[in-house]
Amino acid sequence: MRTLDTKEISNAVYALALKAGRTLTESCRHALACAAEKETGAARFALDTILENGEVARAEEMPVCQDTGMAVVLLSIGQEVFLTGDPLREAVDDGVRRAYADGFFRKSICDPLTRKNTRDNTPAHLHVEIVGGDRVEIAFLPKGFGSENMSRLFMLTPAEGKEGILKAIVDTVREAGSRPCPPVYVGVGIGGSFDGCALLAKKALTREVGSVNPREDVAEIEREALARINALGIGPQGFHGNTTALGVSCEVAPTHIAGLPVAVNIQCHCIRFEKVTL
Amino acid sequence: MKELTLPLSKEEILSLRAGECVELSGTVYTARDCAHKRFLELLEKGEKLPFDPKGAFLYYAGPCPAPAGKACGSCGPTTSARMNAYAPRLLKEGLGGMIGKGEMSAETRNALQECGAVYFAAIGGAGAVYGNAIRRAELVAFPDLLSEGVYRLEVERFPLVVAYDAHGGNLY
Repeated sequence: MRTLDTKEISNAVYALALKAGRTLTESCRHALACAAEKETGAARFALDTILENGEVARAEEMPVCQDTGMAVVLLSIGQEVFLTGDPLREAVDDGVRRAYADGFFRKSICDPLTRKNTRDNTPAHLHVEIVGGDRVEIAFLPKGFGSENMSRLFMLTPAEGKEGILKAIVDTVREAGSRPCPPVYVGVGIGGSFDGCALLAKKALTREVGSVNPREDVAEIEREALARINALGIGPQGFHGNTTALGVSCEVAPTHIAGLPVAVNIQCHCIRFEKVTL
Repeated sequence: MKELTLPLSKEEILSLRAGECVELSGTVYTARDCAHKRFLELLEKGEKLPFDPKGAFLYYAGPCPAPAGKACGSCGPTTSARMNAYAPRLLKEGLGGMIGKGEMSAETRNALQECGAVYFAAIGGAGAVYGNAIRRAELVAFPDLLSEGVYRLEVERFPLVVAYDAHGGNLY
């Protein structure tokens, strides 16, 4: 049994949140640079500005995007870890609270009805999974809502199959148009339950851009969906062009014999994601 | 790259064409969903807006707080489509136009054309570039809305694209 004070988790969340808010992932930056080579006119102007933005954010220690997002925290806790100190939820929220204050990040969380701001960007959206071992893995994903708003969940029938899945993905991106800040990164959950499917889609967004699902039939859906999306011609910021998405990342889980849930979680081109193992 | 300085004359607005890349300098006002709702409530009650709408440009944005030594934190555009419910009414008050990201409704596009106004697309997600180009930021209304309040910004060479021009031209 390993003992771990939740203060250490709080401090790790703090460090991850600060870094994530100011940094594009390397795979995102690479994909944007490659995309810029393929565009002209306003689309090229948009991608050049986005690449410059990454440099400015790094040099000036500024948030990459003013929408510093809802704090999504994915925790995997080994079952041999005994947590001490403040309750886990409080420790995670404390890390978020301190990072959003010290980083001069925008506080974007409010009551859904009164719209009153919580003023410190808490509560974090926290998922906890208990796994084997004595390690704690923390992943931090600041999720902007321009793209989150364009995400969709489909309860397909088994008869709709692969073609139905592809249609759900491509229709979601087409209907989103210029609104979610294309080029987007598309996280797709296939299977599970209504809620589990949405979580799979979110987890798919924690994969590096350009990574491929090890299951060949799933990888085939990723490739085909990306090709169809980029044939839509929406382009960077909706200015037309070849790059509407930087990638499609699909995750699958067993589902019920009567169903085929598909969740499509849209991520803008500001892919910010950091993780650490304690 | 065309360089523009606010306020824009009617001739300058009419000379712009969808798809043109420009650099815009001068005074703009930020406003998001909640501020727009209040603007329309003020107009309904016959009261004045917290800024002079004649020729003014609204920037659909809510900035990050300013760190020491900076006028403003990161400040890129938000999704304009959410402001479709309010934009036509405000254009009739004489706005020169708006700055945001993404498509807007046919009703908003018609209002832009009828009022001789222009809609610029800022590059969504480039918050650091825009925040760094803000020389002054002053809260002018609705402090209770925090980042959603109305800020008067002095901006220098904002990189923008003409998305809807005053002649019905449409980049999207």
